[in-house]
Amino acid sequence: MKDFIEGSEAVARAVCLCKPGVISAYPITPQTHIVEGLAQMVADGRLKSQFVNVESEHSAASVVLGAVAAGERVFTASSSQGLILMSEVIFNIAGMRMPVVLACVNRSLSAPINIWNDLQDSITLRDSGWVQLYAENNQEATDLIFQAYRLAEDSRALIPVMVCLDGYVLSHGFEVVDIPEEDKVAQFLPPFNPAEKLDTAHPKSFGLLAGPDYYLEIRHDLHQAVKGALTLIPEITADFKRIFGRDSGGLVESYRLEDAEMAIVSAGSVCGTIKDTVDALRAEGKKVGLLRIITYRPFPEEAILQALAKVPMVAILDKAVSLGATGPIYADLKAAFQGKPAKKISGYIAGLGGRDITPGTIREIFKQLAGPEVSNQFVGLKSSF
Amino acid sequence: MRIKITAEPGSARNNKTGSWRVERRPKFLQKNCIACRLCVLVCPEGIVSGKEKNDFKTDYLYCKGCGLCAAVCPKKDIEMVPEEMERKK
Repeated sequence: MKDFIEGSEAVARAVCLCKPGVISAYPITPQTHIVEGLAQMVADGRLKSQFVNVESEHSAASVVLGAVAAGERVFTASSSQGLILMSEVIFNIAGMRMPVVLACVNRSLSAPINIWNDLQDSITLRDSGWVQLYAENNQEATDLIFQAYRLAEDSRALIPVMVCLDGYVLSHGFEVVDIPEEDKVAQFLPPFNPAEKLDTAHPKSFGLLAGPDYYLEIRHDLHQAVKGALTLIPEITADFKRIFGRDSGGLVESYRLEDAEMAIVSAGSVCGTIKDTVDALRAEGKKVGLLRIITYRPFPEEAILQALAKVPMVAILDKAVSLGATGPIYADLKAAFQGKPAKKISGYIAGLGGRDITPGTIREIFKQLAGPEVSNQFVGLKSSF
Repeated sequence: MRIKITAEPGSARNNKTGSWRVERRPKFLQKNCIACRLCVLVCPEGIVSGKEKNDFKTDYLYCKGCGLCAAVCPKKDIEMVPEEMERKK
């Protein structure tokens, strides 16, 4: 059913349709509306779920870790400082191969304190063993929730999935979103039935110590499982299209790249602005395009190499920075093209802490891309303030 | 192929930690024991057992020789003795 709703509500309704047995979260701007919505659904009896109130995000992540280990489908959500406070548990969830689904409403990290959008919070956790999916709009954020559970709980995967949506731009933005029917969701998402779970009748130990003799192999195993999502995601999105009738999610999206001489690579809602700018520049006769990264972890190296094979100039627009180095997506992309036919690959950093990225910013990046190759050029810096 | 990362409980028993013991082992003299059970309480391996006075002993398959039981015994009825001397007897 199509409805004109806020992004957070769309995500909450999607989660409700997945029927998690346990939800635990702690409020933090700009994520709060999602779990507020879910708490209301539980209170109204529309969702039969245990909503566990906790005193911190570290506890919220710990509660869902315990609950999923006991065989329940779970959900949590956070942003910024909250996600970083969860990080100790985030690594454990992946290491213990627990299929938790988390919605990260992307917000910058302190200090200085700033509640607006960039991708620094989730990007900082890229090495945690979680799959990271980045939504461009609210329909995709909604659809990614269903796909996230399907992927996480697949017995071939058993890895946690983070659905990332831009704070305010998506979470507080109103759009028409198609919320699917319950029977279609049931058709797409089988019940969660893990082979191993915490059970007092048949006790088992989870989260054990592994010394130097075993740790390397277990981490390699997790690495392989995360990389395995590169095969599972196209399979899941194809099935999603079969049942719901629309393309949503996937590894990457190519936009007007066929004959492009210049392309921007980015992730998240800013890609909507880039698409509009690409259209405008195309109308002016400029051969430009966009490669949107939807799945950032695992890193879809092959799909990226293929999509950009014939594009001679590539700009990466990172809304995060590995301070003292480069933008994270830039570094990954540059590494992927190592040893491949030479092309210009420039890295740009913009939009930190909610600084607006306008069509003018995108035009500026295309203009700079024609100039000298750069690795970590900040765009839109004020010369004085 | 996924590596199994969970385990059945009780597997710690498979590790015979007694092999870690060096130099000294506790000897329960069983002469002045008052069955206060302090040695049972402090043993980090949970392997000191006994009910009546002068009835307490440890399990050398798991005893790491830490000496806590001897240190805590109010009647000095547990002694740490050299490994070799004890084995020769």
